[in-house]
Amino acid sequence: MSFDYKPYLRYEKLPHMWCPGCGIGIVVKAMIRAFDDLEWDPRDIAVVSGIGCTSRAPGYLNMNTLHTTHGRALSFATGIKMHRPDGNVVVIAGDGDSTAIGGNHLIHAARRNINITMIVNNNNIYGMTGGQYSPTTPLGAKAATAPYGNLEPSFDLPHLLRGAGASFVARGHVGNGRQLSTILKKGFAHNGFAFIEVVSNCHTQFGRRNRMADPMNMIKWISDRAKPLKKFGQMEEDDKAKYFPVGVLFEEKDRPEYTATYEKLIKKLSA
Amino acid sequence: MKKNMDDVRFWPGNIVVAEAAVAAGCNFFGGYPITPSSEVAAHMALLLPKVGGHFIQMEDEMAAMGTVIGASLAGAKSLTATSGPGFSLKLENLGFGYIVEAPCVVVNVMRGGPSTGLPTQPAQADVMQARWGTHGDHPTIALTPAFHQEIYMETIRAFNLAEQFRMPVILLLDEVLGHLSEGVIPPKPGSFEIINRTKTTASPEDYVPYDTSEGDVPPFAPYFAGYRWHTTGLNHDRTGFPTTDPDTVTFDEKRLMRKVTGNRELIDKVEYFQADDAEIGIFAFGSTARAAMVAVKQARAKGIKAGLMRPLTIWPFPNNQVLAFSKQVKTIIVPEMNLGQIVYEVERSVHSDMPIHRINRVGGVPINPSEILAGIEEAA
Amino acid sequence: MHFEARFSAVGGQGIILAGTIIADAAFLEGLYAAGSPTYTAQVRGGPTKVDIIVDSEEILFPRTAEIDFFLSLATNSYKKFGTDLKEGAIVMIDPALVTIPDEHRELYKVYEVPIIQLTSDKMGRMVYTSAVALGTMVALTDVVSEESIRKALKTRAPKGTESYNMKALSIGIDYVKEMLAKGVTT
Repeated sequence: MSFDYKPYLRYEKLPHMWCPGCGIGIVVKAMIRAFDDLEWDPRDIAVVSGIGCTSRAPGYLNMNTLHTTHGRALSFATGIKMHRPDGNVVVIAGDGDSTAIGGNHLIHAARRNINITMIVNNNNIYGMTGGQYSPTTPLGAKAATAPYGNLEPSFDLPHLLRGAGASFVARGHVGNGRQLSTILKKGFAHNGFAFIEVVSNCHTQFGRRNRMADPMNMIKWISDRAKPLKKFGQMEEDDKAKYFPVGVLFEEKDRPEYTATYEKLIKKLSA
Repeated sequence: MKKNMDDVRFWPGNIVVAEAAVAAGCNFFGGYPITPSSEVAAHMALLLPKVGGHFIQMEDEMAAMGTVIGASLAGAKSLTATSGPGFSLKLENLGFGYIVEAPCVVVNVMRGGPSTGLPTQPAQADVMQARWGTHGDHPTIALTPAFHQEIYMETIRAFNLAEQFRMPVILLLDEVLGHLSEGVIPPKPGSFEIINRTKTTASPEDYVPYDTSEGDVPPFAPYFAGYRWHTTGLNHDRTGFPTTDPDTVTFDEKRLMRKVTGNRELIDKVEYFQADDAEIGIFAFGSTARAAMVAVKQARAKGIKAGLMRPLTIWPFPNNQVLAFSKQVKTIIVPEMNLGQIVYEVERSVHSDMPIHRINRVGGVPINPSEILAGIEEAA
Repeated sequence: MHFEARFSAVGGQGIILAGTIIADAAFLEGLYAAGSPTYTAQVRGGPTKVDIIVDSEEILFPRTAEIDFFLSLATNSYKKFGTDLKEGAIVMIDPALVTIPDEHRELYKVYEVPIIQLTSDKMGRMVYTSAVALGTMVALTDVVSEESIRKALKTRAPKGTESYNMKALSIGIDYVKEMLAKGVTT
């Protein structure tokens, strides 16, 4: 029996606005499979985004969807989650949106350990605005605003988030949708702030400028570098620079979750 | 305030705002510390969890405004409070509030500016920013109470207007009012009107998020209530989804404006002080209006018929009321704690070459009654 | 009736509560009151004040202009806030902590009460400074009655400290009364 995506998608909004071969579609598909595995009712899910290509994803999802301002998705999501701790709140945003203009909200949501799942579709570039370099553009890579190669070092997002206090940090990639779905499912189920980086492709804006204009080439470039955490850990240090680990990279299950702590306070004060 | 001591609360204006907000049914506050508004946040942090509401101090001003709109879309009555620099930072998300039609109240306790300016001293120099600060065409409702009892009631009215018209409402105070303590008698619960946003009666299948068939204010469905609608800061059609169709966008932007322009009788509020037979008119708002009242009394003691018009709703501006006032008086004096802002609105409301006098002061010291009296005497 | 008082000290001396008590006492007597604290960076040791206006009519302009009663517990606060005093205003200083220009003794009615020493010796805890200071004002002015001040202070005092606050108030009142009885001139 084939999987029925209809309950989760706004079919009438298709075809989507992304370029053919864009990685975001794979992320959306993996999200839906994870929601379904968890038997989450779409009416109980809010998907919040900011601005950019990735942030258009909520428009296609048949749930409570909120497409906010540039960088601020997590703050809107925090308001929703505080007022309705019983709702499932997921944020999806691109690398520029969530780590540059929204970087402050990202580290503080992690520190607070509020039960929101944050998915960052990291395609190393600002896509919608025309291929400007982002905080995750590799050093030396070309971008519209880095015509001579990117001069800035990039963020290692899992390290950043772990340092900020996220209780769940994971990474998947668009070359392995099934694995990504499993990782997302774990993130959704985690009771606390769950951060998932999805290494993704923007062949149009990143690939074209960096000799990977074909989506399959670019997805292969990603897949070839992805190593399960365990294998990655066994690598020589020199090799590690050429690869990135995938899977659940860090997890701490019993750290107090923010809204639960707040509800306890309410209960205590009303007693 | 008269006066059973048991009923009178000696509260700073910022505390009055917080108390009144909770009385109005506010159950969410997202904020960021900034002088001279911080006491609003501190008091909300104290009150909200006791009534089952939620308070959060965010990492910055933009985030605070984001939480307020997010909570509102989930069904909360939400509030934030800030001052000059923080108000500037909140403006982008405030615009988001207007376009998605999220009810909420934003308090700006005005301090001297621009930039960091005079953090601990009063000004009224954000009054134009309140109207025009966020980009794009948008409606604005902003209220300017002058006494603490009024702050209490106008805070409630701010929530009511926000809920009634599904839009952010700005409460403009200044540092004088925010930190001044005076007597307030909180009205008994049930003795004042509380308006809640109109909820949709449509089934989830039939729900159209921006359905305006029944009026310019679309019925609301909170998140997690089965409705699954899409909310976006892009111009959208009645279904809530983005559109660039010129006619649809034009219709919707005009509708947003019409929520205010078409309901002036429900929004406007102007008070007069000894204005019936006034020959010298004064137009002032907020704490400056209080100095003007003293000046009016002093002028009358000297035999000069002065009178004051003061708006409690400053946006939309009471153009018609000012026009009517101008036909009665010989001149209008506009004292304000800035270098001349609201005077432009007065000038364009007066369809004549009547002299409009300005009394302006910046520097953090309130305009005092004697300055206004001198203006009255000069104009008389 | 229109009365303006200013209590000034340095941060940490704890006189801010005084304004609230006077306001509450005023409400008890059917009067209006308005109060404004200094609002600057709230540092310990920095000059601080609270202004309180009591009026039989609604207070329109809430800033002080002609102060009737000025209390100062620090020279720097005296210098910073000893402005806008009415000619002949009552000026209450703690002589151990405040020195004032000689000409002020002609402009104002200056009284010297060792408020800090009194509080320290007789109460043992400086949190009662406000109540002792209030006592000196009650003894020297008739803006609100002693009875109203007592009632307001009792209501505002943290639970368990009511009797100590009453005692502190009496210490201020008694000291001034004794001083006046001795015919101490300014």
